Amino acid sequence: MTVNMSKGQAISLQKSDGASLTAVRMGLGWQAAPRRGLFGKRAKEIDLDASAVLFADKQPVDVVFFRHLVSDDGSVRHTGDNLVGGAGQGGDDEAVLVDLQRVPVHIDQIVFTVNSFTGQTFAEVENAFCRLVDETNGQEMARYTLTGGGQYTAQIMAKVHRQGNGWQMTAIGEPAAGRTFQDLMPTIVPHL
Amino acid sequence: MTAELVRGQNHALPETRLEIRVSAGKPVVAGATLNDEQGRMRDAGWIAHPAEPQLPGLEVSRQAAAEHRLAVDLDALPEAVHRVNVLLALPTGVGGPTSFGAFPAPFVAVTALDGSPVASYTVTGLDAESAVVALELYRRQGVWKVRAVGQGYAGGLAAMLHDQGLPEAMQLAATINEAVAAGLARAVAAAPPSAARADRPARPGAASPAAAASPAPASGPASPPASGPVSYQHPSRRPAPPQPAPAPAQPAPAGSPPAPVAGDASGWSMDERLYNQVWSMFEDMARTVAAYRSAVDFADSRREQELDKVLSDPRTRVGPVADAARDEARAKHARLVEQASVVLDRDLGQLVAESAVVEPALPAAFARWDNPVWQAYEVPMEVPMALRLGDLTLPERSDLRIPMLVRLPLDRGLWIDSGRSGGSVESALVGSDELRRLAAETAVAIAARLVAVYPVDDFTLNVIDPAGSAATSLVPLLESGALRQPPGVGASGVNEVLAKLTKRVDLVQMAVRSGATESLPPDLDTAEQLLIVHDFPHGFDDRAVTQLRYIADEGPAVGVNLLMVADREEAQAYGPVLDPLWRALLRITPVPDDHLADPWVGHAWTYEPPLVPGGSQVVPQVLQRVATARQAYGRR
Repeated sequence: MTVNMSKGQAISLQKSDGASLTAVRMGLGWQAAPRRGLFGKRAKEIDLDASAVLFADKQPVDVVFFRHLVSDDGSVRHTGDNLVGGAGQGGDDEAVLVDLQRVPVHIDQIVFTVNSFTGQTFAEVENAFCRLVDETNGQEMARYTLTGGGQYTAQIMAKVHRQGNGWQMTAIGEPAAGRTFQDLMPTIVPHL
Repeated sequence: MTAELVRGQNHALPETRLEIRVSAGKPVVAGATLNDEQGRMRDAGWIAHPAEPQLPGLEVSRQAAAEHRLAVDLDALPEAVHRVNVLLALPTGVGGPTSFGAFPAPFVAVTALDGSPVASYTVTGLDAESAVVALELYRRQGVWKVRAVGQGYAGGLAAMLHDQGLPEAMQLAATINEAVAAGLARAVAAAPPSAARADRPARPGAASPAAAASPAPASGPASPPASGPVSYQHPSRRPAPPQPAPAPAQPAPAGSPPAPVAGDASGWSMDERLYNQVWSMFEDMARTVAAYRSAVDFADSRREQELDKVLSDPRTRVGPVADAARDEARAKHARLVEQASVVLDRDLGQLVAESAVVEPALPAAFARWDNPVWQAYEVPMEVPMALRLGDLTLPERSDLRIPMLVRLPLDRGLWIDSGRSGGSVESALVGSDELRRLAAETAVAIAARLVAVYPVDDFTLNVIDPAGSAATSLVPLLESGALRQPPGVGASGVNEVLAKLTKRVDLVQMAVRSGATESLPPDLDTAEQLLIVHDFPHGFDDRAVTQLRYIADEGPAVGVNLLMVADREEAQAYGPVLDPLWRALLRITPVPDDHLADPWVGHAWTYEPPLVPGGSQVVPQVLQRVATARQAYGRR
């Protein structure tokens, strides 16, 4: 069962039987929007990049992105850069795997962001989504659709943060501008 | 502005994410191989080709075409990669031209992501070649550059891959050709399916979400696609089926991790699984300790900040409020450190348990000398995939020893540091004579291991000991006949051994380059060679040093490796000319010393040499069995 999340909505990452999750995957998928140009329908390649920033007490400690695919402690892994997006098949084009049990104790928030590396705005992207999957059984727990893509080049998708002994996910969906996650830091900070 | 390169010319690259465009008059295969700093492909995974179009940082087309666009992200390449060769090859078995001389010169251009050109090169002067390295992108002092190469190979892809040090060049070339033939056989060139993305797990053994969700594309030497018009597979030779995996662990009680099992990793043979498992343990330990250290560092810095804040405000600097704030800051620090050490103990405890089952299961080449497997040693029939060079530990848990496994054949030489340059506590405790003796012992222990794990007559030892100072340590090697010629003594001995090995390197290199390996002289020793140089630079003149550097540079590619036992300070008279030599060698120490960094986080690991436990006769016994086996093979 998938929860379609809206901006600011929070869900707890507890399973229905009370056991907490051990591994989640934040998947990002997109498709280049077709443009009507001289040669009719032609899609231009768009490179979106998913990143995860690890915070301890509101200070960035580590980041996982296409140039640093594994956090130093090994708990957060990026599956690799996809330069062109999917053919619209609905699968994840980039994914960040989080082993929640191995996240170091001082990390209390992990923020997921999406940037357009090639500079196209999200108006040119179609079917972009970010979803959270329980990695142990492959079930999708939450999906957030980048609806109404506007004239911005980045988005802060969601964060997972510690809540009691478990973890919780909050959808953020804040538009921003920037080529890589560094440009987003000022926009991220208010959401911590 | 575009730089139009001529052969051999280079050009700096402005950025690291690039596109390489290829245009040729006829369909060609475009691919890219990765080389390490020695210019060798580490393994068959270091190539992006139509059957395996994506690697981290590299993407090529899935089929032969007259136009190609290759995507390169130089920053995403593995650290060990120092060169990316962009290669073009003609597809075979599809009725096209068989040499580049038959159509106009191909054109390659490096462009930025927005299409603005950086450099271009027209690959002229090709004739009978059917494969060509068009460009190389290479790392020079941290900066990436592009060079026009235009090196053609009449022997096609196989010759090219072999030239880059890949032993399975033939199979890989056949796989590529089949994939291309299968691609051309389709009537319409289909777009690459989105399932074949490069989202492979970062290390063997990790779960791959995409592989579970979609059928993996058939690729790799083990399972060539069957739809090509010509099968390059030997009809009666089948790829060996993978050995069955060990029985899964007994289901553990809920809440606790599963009991560790030896060989619990992916691989085609038990040795490969154990090798992968050891590397996984190495990585897990590095990362677990990194998590602990970063948590403690963070706790420290937060405590300092909070104490500073209390001090900086004059109103709260003294008095009960300040004391409470200080206590609170310290308590927060203690809580976080406590949590971090609980997690560390849990994870390291699991690794200790895993190590306890893995160590006894290791084959001889991976095992310590005190492992019983060495008592039951038999001369192997094939070269093992790796060799244990010693143990690695971290101070957080010094009883957890990770085997340090290096791939065989060695891709770089070794340098046993008999000096005090490391400055570790252990080397300060032993006298310098003792240090030299231990260095010689370490060299002998490693040499004995190498002799023992190679099949009969596949490995030859050469020793240079100008002053004869390692004579006592070398006794086991000499007595058993593992060392066939006595060590080179004095300046003449040095020159004799070096001349022999230089000739060996020269001949094999020439033969490999010209593809005439069958015309090597019959008396040439084709076994892997290890040259132990004891007490360098004693007995070396300038010419001998030059020869030694030549062997160090060119030897590893043709199976000649160095094992230097030296104190770097003693060689200082030669000045900086020897610096590249030291850098090319893997430095190990005869006493425990923390100088080796892991590839993931860069912790300083303490290396312990594979010395034989005191009083043990295991080395002479093992060497005796090697000697017996040699006699049984009818050779000396």
